[in-house]
Amino acid sequence: MTDVLLPSAESAYSTPDAQGFYGPYGGTFVPETVVPALTELAEAYSTALDDPAFVEELVYLLRDYVGRPSPLYRADRLAEAVGLGAVYLKREDLNHTGAHKINNTIGQCLLAKRMGKKRVIAETGAGQHGVATATTAALMGLECAVFMGTEDIRRQALNVYKMRLLGAEVVPVSEGTGTLADAVTAALRHWVERVEDTFYVIGSAVGPHPYPRMVRDLQSVIGSEIIGQLEEKAVPRVDAVVACVGGGSNAIGTFHPFLRDVPADRRPLMIGAEAAGLGIETDKHGAALTKGSPGVLHGFYSYLLQDDAGNPLEAYSISAGLDYPGVGPEHSFLKDEGLVRYESVTDVEALEAFALLTRTEGIIPAIESSHALALLPRLAAELGPEGVVVVTVSGRGDKDMDIVREAGLGV
Amino acid sequence: MSEAPSRLTTAFRRGGSALITYLMAGYPDRETSLEALRAAARGGADVIELGVPYGDPLADGPVIAEAARVAREQEGGFGLIHALQVAEAFVRDPGVDRAPPVVVMTYLNPLMRMGLGAAADAMREAGVAGVIVPDMPPEAAAPWLRLAHGLDTVFLVAPTSTEERLAVVAAASQGFVYCVSATGTTGERESVALGLSDQVERVRAHTSLPIAVGFGVSTPAQAAQVAATADGVIVGSAIVKRQSEPGDVERFVRELAQAVNG
Repeated sequence: MTDVLLPSAESAYSTPDAQGFYGPYGGTFVPETVVPALTELAEAYSTALDDPAFVEELVYLLRDYVGRPSPLYRADRLAEAVGLGAVYLKREDLNHTGAHKINNTIGQCLLAKRMGKKRVIAETGAGQHGVATATTAALMGLECAVFMGTEDIRRQALNVYKMRLLGAEVVPVSEGTGTLADAVTAALRHWVERVEDTFYVIGSAVGPHPYPRMVRDLQSVIGSEIIGQLEEKAVPRVDAVVACVGGGSNAIGTFHPFLRDVPADRRPLMIGAEAAGLGIETDKHGAALTKGSPGVLHGFYSYLLQDDAGNPLEAYSISAGLDYPGVGPEHSFLKDEGLVRYESVTDVEALEAFALLTRTEGIIPAIESSHALALLPRLAAELGPEGVVVVTVSGRGDKDMDIVREAGLGV
Repeated sequence: MSEAPSRLTTAFRRGGSALITYLMAGYPDRETSLEALRAAARGGADVIELGVPYGDPLADGPVIAEAARVAREQEGGFGLIHALQVAEAFVRDPGVDRAPPVVVMTYLNPLMRMGLGAAADAMREAGVAGVIVPDMPPEAAAPWLRLAHGLDTVFLVAPTSTEERLAVVAAASQGFVYCVSATGTTGERESVALGLSDQVERVRAHTSLPIAVGFGVSTPAQAAQVAATADGVIVGSAIVKRQSEPGDVERFVRELAQAVNG
């Protein structure tokens, strides 16, 4: 599978352009102070992709440290329960640190080392990207600081402790609502101050160019493996591939190889699941693609939840990883082009899907991933009992025990 | 780019260094911010930089970010439209004989949300001389520049800018070049960055426009130090801190103006 790990520098799928635009979306809308650092990063990344030694080390770490390839598991009891012919789960929850985030942090930290940076910073919402960055920093001997909203620190105390155990400094961010968007802003501001010795490891397919592309490429191992594993298992037909979308890194990593490598007439339906929170008719959701409008936040142009004056709105979801007011620019492009369909899933639907997978398969998914799983009953209605669906289970649910218990699930 | 001689450039040509005072529109409320603008004009400001309250002020430090929050949270909200109303009221009745030109400092998204064309129209109608958009580098500015005739669009250079970028930014900038004196966000610092005069000279090699220095200038002594090398001195957070008391703003701006003009 390692031969399809990274795209070649010139892939057939032509986004982004040299300025980092996916159609009208993406780009570089940042203070001048960091423009040179982004230019340097884009060049370093492009050089690294062409360097067999870099790719070899990445492949080695993904295999022997992360545990890739992650299994593609056929979940028969789940399929039967929802009324589909077959459901395949891409088990990113089985990666080291329990989520897809580490695919990206390994790549970015290798790049940081290659660029001679001794220190990395990261933002985190649920704490999964923070833990993945702290883990990778420990592995590679890099200094690490993780910016995290005070509300998320409260919601995700276990991950905070893990990061500190791993030697990272957790920097509390009390501005705004103390959640992911505020952590991104704080990390960007800190990067503006320490740009000369610090590498900013962005955790999702967001931010100024080249981050959305870099994160997409590093997460594309998910979709590339799925395509290979479907062939190995001689699965003749897949009707739909689904993943959850906050910033959208596991989703773009799942979808991109299908867009890049599979001809349009053989491509399955691709669906991203956004957080509808308490309902998209309320103001408590995170559905930027469904309910937002294009605007600039955190250095890129994309669909965004914003008020009439252009201020970003507070997003809400039961899952800390999905309550982000924006979304990766490539998703905005894919939505407008009709290449990917985006639907939204409420807290309640996600909790139901969480319980269903746990009880039918003995797999406890992250509450983020449960949003993708929640599309299965809808797909059963759409595709019928012969339908075949692949779901990316982006992470495991250990971190969510308190939230699920508070929500009154099950026992 | 402007058809008429730039009002901003002209404001630098009165001998000595120019003093550019940053104030936050709508902080602590609309009327007080308008009074503070007039106070700065009476105190001797050569250019007024008027900040638009925004919810994600990436380039700003704690003082300006907090002022923006207070301004936005007042009844009915406070955004670009309201800031331009303050600008227009000031331009009509500045309370001094010779009104300093107003340059609006706004992040990009409020402009986009209003619509770039509508925003440019509203600025011209308000009598604004120019605009600074800190998260719009020149490469991203073409759509705005096509619509912004009659307004100077000021771009920023940073200590991290390479020679290549200095050339790009200096060539794109109108009115003056905004020279960020330190990496990081706006706010007071104990000392203005070492090597400032080298940095100013580096920029000067690329432009005949005036060069104004900002970020971290907070005392009359520092302002005098910066004025020795730069054509203009930008003071922000130290003024915004006093903005609730227009009388304090006037006194402080007068001290700064004296320091800047030696």
